[in-house]
Amino acid sequence: MLSDHELKEIEAEASKYGSRAAVCIDALKIVQRFRGWVDDDMVRAVAQHLGMSPDELDSVATFYNLIFRRPAGRHVILVCDSVSCWIMGYGSVRDYLRSRLGIALGETTADGRFTLLPSACLGACDRAPVMMVDEQLYTNLDAESIDDLLASYT
Amino acid sequence: MEIPLTANIGPSKTPPDLKSYEARGGYTALRRGLSEMTPEEVRLAVKDSGLRGRGGAGFPTGDKWSFVPMEDGAPRPKYLVVNADEMEPGTFKDRLLLEGDPHQLIEGTVLSAYAIQAEITYIFLRWEYRLAALRLEHAIAEAYRAGYLGPDILGSGFGLELYLHVSAGRYICGEETGLLNALEGRRANPRSKPPYPQSVGVWGRPTVVNNVETICNIPHIVSHGAEWFRGLSLTGEGGSKLYGVSGRVNRPGCWELPLGTTLGEIVEEHAGGMQHGYRLRGLLPGGASTDFLTSEHFEVPMDFGSVEKAGSRLGTGTIIILDDSVCPVGMVLNLERFFARESCGWCTPCWGGLQLVTATLESIEAGEGRPGDLELLEEHCRLLGPGYTYCALAPGAMEPLQSALKYFRGDFERHINEKQCPWH
Ligand SMILES: Cc1cc2nc3c(=O)[nH]c(=O)nc-3n(C[C@H](O)[C@H](O)[C@H](O)COP(=O)(O)O)c2cc1C
Ligand code: SF4
Ligand code: FES
Repeated sequence: MLSDHELKEIEAEASKYGSRAAVCIDALKIVQRFRGWVDDDMVRAVAQHLGMSPDELDSVATFYNLIFRRPAGRHVILVCDSVSCWIMGYGSVRDYLRSRLGIALGETTADGRFTLLPSACLGACDRAPVMMVDEQLYTNLDAESIDDLLASYT
Repeated sequence: MEIPLTANIGPSKTPPDLKSYEARGGYTALRRGLSEMTPEEVRLAVKDSGLRGRGGAGFPTGDKWSFVPMEDGAPRPKYLVVNADEMEPGTFKDRLLLEGDPHQLIEGTVLSAYAIQAEITYIFLRWEYRLAALRLEHAIAEAYRAGYLGPDILGSGFGLELYLHVSAGRYICGEETGLLNALEGRRANPRSKPPYPQSVGVWGRPTVVNNVETICNIPHIVSHGAEWFRGLSLTGEGGSKLYGVSGRVNRPGCWELPLGTTLGEIVEEHAGGMQHGYRLRGLLPGGASTDFLTSEHFEVPMDFGSVEKAGSRLGTGTIIILDDSVCPVGMVLNLERFFARESCGWCTPCWGGLQLVTATLESIEAGEGRPGDLELLEEHCRLLGPGYTYCALAPGAMEPLQSALKYFRGDFERHINEKQCPWH
């Protein structure tokens, strides 16, 4: 069941578009913001609310990499693996994150604190290597700065 | 040297709010355009300015607008969409304009919409640009309150609704027809063309898609005229350009310079040349989907025509430097992995071909390359080239590969002959 908050936000977004179904991507993001990810029940609930079939909505949900159809940790790390970051040391950033968190790319730590995901270019290539944690961008990364910033997320 | 696009932007400057934007002359172009110019006159000024799209393909903006039906019976509403998806690897120029001067983008958007008589506008923004989203939301609200947006703008009778759409990922959303599908709440597969969006676009209505930097030029063209705009550049193509450099240079960054500034000046002077101990081997002049050039091309003016003559494309104008500490095969593998992952999967040459290309590069990089691999890669550069796919992702993906096979052939051959990567 969609909560009142979710319904209200979805309807506010829906007024922007030329068709009712067009709000579905915003709706999935809203649900995800409240719940961390989008489970099967929520796909059904959003689809029903927008007059779509659940399969149709799921085909959209699974297309976009920032809509999570599996549980995610409390904080999501998007580490840029594109070309400028690769040149400037993405490999060691990735290896360091993997060993510090004890997980592979695409996994979530056992305590549910972090999910580690590779990302396409984050548009900060002049400050490579970079990553985002939740909504915050971190640039010119090295092992020490990664330690410091991870510590601020609980 | 005039820098109209970034006059309000700098490391020590905060992005202007409405008041300070107005104090610096902001929204006078809009006042002037709406009160003194007809839509046709705005279109003509943009056409005469020679402005070419800054999103990568370089299509003349005035020509693009000229395909929008303008007769009274034209389908309505008409739409203008600002492409702020910026996901081309190595590209970070639109971020500067979005974060640094959101009102400039809004002013350009209203003027562009006026020119084609669009009544609805979307700014299509990638999710990761959080700061840009905040600043845009704030600026849009300010512009509505001041009457620069909404019904009957400044009493001109022209009205425009502007919405911010925040995306949910995937590079292919930046392709203009994929973007329209994303706006409609579908998978962002590109559309088969024709029909082109100017006649059948979002929700089947006439739609123009323009890049952020393209739109930011419009107020300045309206204020100062086409001739002034053409005079900003060093070559026949009009305007200034945001150029960027990333990689092992002394001062990676982004600068507004006259269009046609030479490649060498950008790399050596503005980016400060290579860092001590690193040698330049090659570079991509305009993002991931452009052909490699080398220091032999330092004299080439960075405009659309000249870079094309040199065998590449200006693309987004953001240069990626390959230095001698990293393996060229590894760099191309990184690029092709990106394109393979981001393929929308519609065309067989694209999704199938990019997987095979990636697998072949992986085996070469791992020292397991075989005789014939380079010919196989070359064959794919043709098979995935222009004309076989619904969009330019696959042909774009082949540009760094085909030029790497030319400039770094010896490196590819060493991998195969020595059965290992010389950089490992
Ligand atoms: C795969 C792909 C991705 C693209 N991504 C972007 C993008 O992120 N931003 C952009 O402005 N143009 C992008 N483009 C180009 C657009 O299709 C379109 O040409 C451009 O937005 C038009 O604006 P302009 O004429 O002002 O340059 C992309 C093209 C392709 C094929
Ligand atoms: S070329 Fe690739 S990305 Fe473009 S439509 Fe075809 S499959 Fe999709
Ligand atoms: S390549 Fe990493 S931010 Fe652009």
